[in-house]
Amino acid sequence: MKKSLAKQIWSKRGLFLLMLLPIMWYIVFKYIPMYGVQLAFRRYNPSLGITKSPWVGLKYFKQFFNSYYFKDILWNTVSLSLYQLVVGFPLPIILALMINEVHSRKYQKFVQNVTYIPHFLSVVVVVSMLNLFCDPTYGIFNKFLGLFGVAAVDYMAKPGAFQTLYVFSNVWQNMGFNAIIYIAVLSSLDQDMYEAATIDGCSRFKQVLYISLPALVPTIMTLLVMRLGSIMNVGFEKVLLMQNPVNMSKSNIIATFVYTNGIQKGEFSYSTAIGLFNSLINFILLFTTNRLSKKLTGSGLW
Amino acid sequence: MVTVRFSRMDRGDKTFTLIVYILLTLLAVVVLYPLLFVLAASFSDPDLVLKGEVTIFPKGFTLKPYSMVFENEDIWRGYLNTIVYTVVGTLINVAMTILLAYPLSRPDMPLKKPITLMIIFTMYFDGGMIPSYLLVRQLGLYNSMWALIIPVAISTYNFVVARSFFESSIPKEMYESAMIDGSSDIRTLFQIVLPLSSAIIAVLTLFYAVEHWNSYFSALIYLQNEDLYPLQIILRNILLLGQTEQMGSNDVGMGEKIKMAEAIKYSAIVISSLPVLCIYPFVQKHFVKGVMIGAVKG
Repeated sequence: MKKSLAKQIWSKRGLFLLMLLPIMWYIVFKYIPMYGVQLAFRRYNPSLGITKSPWVGLKYFKQFFNSYYFKDILWNTVSLSLYQLVVGFPLPIILALMINEVHSRKYQKFVQNVTYIPHFLSVVVVVSMLNLFCDPTYGIFNKFLGLFGVAAVDYMAKPGAFQTLYVFSNVWQNMGFNAIIYIAVLSSLDQDMYEAATIDGCSRFKQVLYISLPALVPTIMTLLVMRLGSIMNVGFEKVLLMQNPVNMSKSNIIATFVYTNGIQKGEFSYSTAIGLFNSLINFILLFTTNRLSKKLTGSGLW
Repeated sequence: MVTVRFSRMDRGDKTFTLIVYILLTLLAVVVLYPLLFVLAASFSDPDLVLKGEVTIFPKGFTLKPYSMVFENEDIWRGYLNTIVYTVVGTLINVAMTILLAYPLSRPDMPLKKPITLMIIFTMYFDGGMIPSYLLVRQLGLYNSMWALIIPVAISTYNFVVARSFFESSIPKEMYESAMIDGSSDIRTLFQIVLPLSSAIIAVLTLFYAVEHWNSYFSALIYLQNEDLYPLQIILRNILLLGQTEQMGSNDVGMGEKIKMAEAIKYSAIVISSLPVLCIYPFVQKHFVKGVMIGAVKG
């Protein structure tokens, strides 16, 4: 017999009691700010508060779209993210496939453990290392490139180098860690398939292409959808640290713009509008790519 | 993997295997080298570092940069602050995450689906930086250590990891027999579930602790009082903004000062990353486990 919902809840009141605090936390720290997004449509007046400030409609969105920097900032955000995706997404997959081809367990573990280390460094440390390594007189990048006769340059002060530095330092830091999931999937595969393929005279390389890689497709698609759904969320804390007056033309992205205009200059409404624009694009992308992925490969996020 | 001996492989497979080993070795070198370089430079004579003579081993071995970092009061205070924030923050994180994940992992939990959905939704859409910032100010958390702890009390990703763990490792029958024995749902958590959950507690502790140790942005926007600054903010000031005036004695010349300012950067990096890197070998298998539990689709 099915009990009524109220009775069911009452019989599980202990469980509800346990999660009372966490649920309240979600309401206060996640849902109230969502409600606060209406700030984007109001001219913020601290004495009136978010919900009573005068309504101005799409004013701030229009202001942003019509600003002279709109195109630059949008393009900086999208291009950095796409660059990161194109370089940063496939490399962990390739790394996992390679590690899976290593027969010595010891060597496998060694490569894994080494490549995980940088993941645990803070962004502040990684960006500081970039700074030190880019120094034109003693930085190791310049010393290394000097071996090939490249003249020393302070790459941190070169707008054209910003995106590459950002993307490749990310790869350095996270490639190993991001490979973990793929390695786990590969190690759970039925080994008989490889055996059969070997007996049939299939080369090792072809086994990678026709057995290992296809086995990763569902995982790849799930992660790809997630990545595409957050394409506008570039690792903003790192960008902010890498930013300097010289590379602003490339390093000014939506999130850093929201920070400098909102929190530093106090233009709360305008910055909220820009942040909301950012979230909306993400949300739309997430839904479209999930749809697409389901249609193409049958697997998606939900 | 089918272990065909290398010597018994055909030519193509031999080349392939060789290429894989070479690439991986190269990768390991590229990943390790910057770290070893920083370590070597931190123990080297600053003069030689600035001339670019250090490559992989310390040159002109000295502990001077370290003693200078240790003399810096800001770093000490930052270190202490970070330890406090990390310990308190992580305790709250782990408790809150388990309190949420356990009920929502129970198969007999009413309203399980809508509540979970409401939580997962926040992973993909949130109010953004400014409304959250204004909220923290309104709650009176601004310029207090709680601003770094309460607004990040739960990470939804870690909630998903914890819930998957409970769902997959605590069998339904266990709840049923607990009920027959008259154990309340709350008691079941503490007496049956938690003792079986040391793996997930370890994973959560590690994920959260590393995050607290490395975070700088909340402190940047929420803290004004310099006495409250965590280590990462102090590091940022020294390493990236070049605030090193207060370092060293005043009787040395300008050139010497600049040199020491550069030299302490390497040792500051080492000192700040040491705790995390030292526990790393002991905990890396937990991290791996955590990622794998999380991969069991949210």
